[in-house]
Amino acid sequence: MQEPLLEVDGLSVDFALPHGTVPAVKQVSFAIASGETLALVGESGSGKSVSSTAAIGLLPDLARTRGAIRFAGEDLLAATPRRLRRLRGNDISMIFQEPMTSLNPLHRIGRQIAEVLERHRGLKGDPARQRVLDLLDQVGIPEPARRIDSFPHELSGGQRQRVMIAMALACEPKLLIADEPTTALDVTVQAQILTLLQDLQRRYGMAILFITHDLGIVRHFADRVCVMRQGEVVETAETTALFAAPKHAYTRMLIDAEPHGRKPPVPADAPLLLEARDLRVRFPLKKRLFRPGSDFEAVRGIDLRVRRGQTVGIVGESGSGKSTLGRALLRLLDSRGDIRFDDTALAGLDSAGMRPLRSRMQVVFQDPFGSLSPRLTVGEIVGEGLRVHAPELGRRERDARVQEALNDVALDPAMRHRYPHEFSGGQRQRIAIARALVLKPEFLLLDEPTSALDRSVQATVIDLLRDLQHQYDLTYLFISHDLAVVRALADTVLVMKAGEVVEQGATETLFRAPREAYTRELMRAAFLEDTAA
Amino acid sequence: MTADTLSPDTAPGAAGDSLGREAWRRLKQNRAAMASLLLLSIITLACVAGPWLTPWGLADVDWNAFNVAPTLEGGHWLGTDANGRDLLTRTLYGGRVSLSVALVATLVSLLIGVLYGAIAGYLGGRADNLMMRFVDIMYSLPFMFLVILLMVVFGRNILLIYAAIGAVEWLDMARIVRGQTLSLKRREFIEAAHALGVRDRTIVTRHLIPNAIGPVIVYVTLTVPKVILLESFLSFLGLGVQEPLTSWGVLISEGTDMMQTSPWMLLVPSVFLALTLFCLNFLGDGLRDALDPKTR
Repeated sequence: MQEPLLEVDGLSVDFALPHGTVPAVKQVSFAIASGETLALVGESGSGKSVSSTAAIGLLPDLARTRGAIRFAGEDLLAATPRRLRRLRGNDISMIFQEPMTSLNPLHRIGRQIAEVLERHRGLKGDPARQRVLDLLDQVGIPEPARRIDSFPHELSGGQRQRVMIAMALACEPKLLIADEPTTALDVTVQAQILTLLQDLQRRYGMAILFITHDLGIVRHFADRVCVMRQGEVVETAETTALFAAPKHAYTRMLIDAEPHGRKPPVPADAPLLLEARDLRVRFPLKKRLFRPGSDFEAVRGIDLRVRRGQTVGIVGESGSGKSTLGRALLRLLDSRGDIRFDDTALAGLDSAGMRPLRSRMQVVFQDPFGSLSPRLTVGEIVGEGLRVHAPELGRRERDARVQEALNDVALDPAMRHRYPHEFSGGQRQRIAIARALVLKPEFLLLDEPTSALDRSVQATVIDLLRDLQHQYDLTYLFISHDLAVVRALADTVLVMKAGEVVEQGATETLFRAPREAYTRELMRAAFLEDTAA
Repeated sequence: MTADTLSPDTAPGAAGDSLGREAWRRLKQNRAAMASLLLLSIITLACVAGPWLTPWGLADVDWNAFNVAPTLEGGHWLGTDANGRDLLTRTLYGGRVSLSVALVATLVSLLIGVLYGAIAGYLGGRADNLMMRFVDIMYSLPFMFLVILLMVVFGRNILLIYAAIGAVEWLDMARIVRGQTLSLKRREFIEAAHALGVRDRTIVTRHLIPNAIGPVIVYVTLTVPKVILLESFLSFLGLGVQEPLTSWGVLISEGTDMMQTSPWMLLVPSVFLALTLFCLNFLGDGLRDALDPKTR
């Protein structure tokens, strides 16, 4: 290997918190050469982001670092803040995960990019504007001359991430640190951004330190991989070698954590449990003075049939209306069209009319942090449905049911007196599942239940959902943008785009031979070419 | 199931405590809050029971002691005012008025404001619009005009002070709680409650209000001093309590006039007021932390 551009040598980072120091990174070493892509892979809390922010001196004040980080021979940990400021954005730049929040919403994007140029290159006025246009063009923003004066909110998520990349590239850095740059984006956009990064890397010959939790990306994007776990590097290897023969058990576990298995089909004559016909959901757009309010139709006439015991997967990118559809089916949103649940017409039922049915149709949401009230104990959260639907139960009986539900989701019932913030993401999702299960529902709407979880945790939650379906004869409607998960769980799949069903069919058929171009594109992006698996 | 299981240790809170008992346990660990609570209780107790224990009455004039500085002889521990009335006795009586106004007006503003704001925010749309416009109208009524109006209609009465201050103070609270509610009601746990079929009333009382409590407590600790000062302002204008009855605000404003010659007349009631407000702030912070399960 040639002379490394960035060399991290025995880096340790501790956080000095009021109640003692917490080690975040322990004795981590890795190196990147110019033009190379190194992927730092690990689950949340593995210290991968901390290691990279240490390199550009952006750690919080509480952090204590030891070891050395050498950039082109210069020790960055010993560098003055002034020197680091010169390096940042110039020789080393960074792109972040959240394109929604990393741009200042009050400034036009052109100005934000020009600011970097002015700071490091002293470019102002027309030359700066010319360079910004050039950059926007390079990162593939259509009509840069018009877009340069846009505000961030006028751009889509993918475009914002392109703007971030343009900012990072403004001074042609030698090293680009990309911290989960595609995690918040749709799969098709993710594929485009990755291709863009690869192109730009080839053109500028820069090194990329790519931080991610997604092994699928790593496989197609990185030259070498560094697997981190709980602040330590467990394995470093060439990408191909790592995937061919992972040495460490943890790496193996990560690779195997891709969801597998298929769902056994239900008999074709299973009774219909949920049926929707020509379902439409409209959102009124904000009225302006002297202008009549218009509508936005999020779900445009969807037919859906779910048989008892089935799992129906709904896939689509963000904004496709899949979550809206799910909420409309549970009458959490107003909709038009017919919905029947087990011979009861839901359309037109008010909240009192819906109440008896609520115990039979339940929901688990995506965000395990937002879906549990932080002021209630786990026991109170899980028992809430029982207060509504089984008010005759005494305290003791209710508590017994809560314990039973927690047992079902493989949580220790002794933990029911704790508050949600004490639990990890996966555990919280289990609590949310327990809250739904305690009512013994027949139908469960799962709205991206695994999307906010680490891969290995995801796998355990999927196994849990599968076991529960078997045990209680549940019917699922599974909404996800993650095709791999849907493939492992669903009997039939609906592909949605812009509020309409693009394609539907039995899972295996649809995944093997997608008919529509959009489905094919979605799959190519999701599985990054290797649909052969 | 690797890092996904917590050991079922018996950490605090594992024993089935209610939020109230749990909060009390955490409050007890906060020394500043506990000291404040103790001091506040002492002051309150002194104001309630003190006037019976001192040898002087509210309006008793000691013809031998006009304008006497604090002294241990003669029984005027904290001195007397220009009319020879015992300052300790008067301060304690004044504390009754100030503390009760503070308590009642704050409770009223808390009760009405929190409920009103939470309901407006939760209902949203047209109901929210109407309810908040009503608040705006109330805001635009001049406070003094309201008080004078009440005086004309009902005559002079200390209850009117409670009513007038309470009627104004809940407006801010309603706005704060409404803002909190607006951001909370989009959260998934509220949606989950809908999906469980929980009634609207229960959603407001069980899910929305408890989660808005942090800013509410902070605001309450700011309301109490405001109310005490408002009362003294009214009394200063002759619309509040009347001689010989007094309040901390009145005593302080009287003391300010005599500051040059008899500084204790300003200092005594000021110290009582300042201590009370300090204690309330510490206690408020302590309560906010104790009621938040996240601060362990």
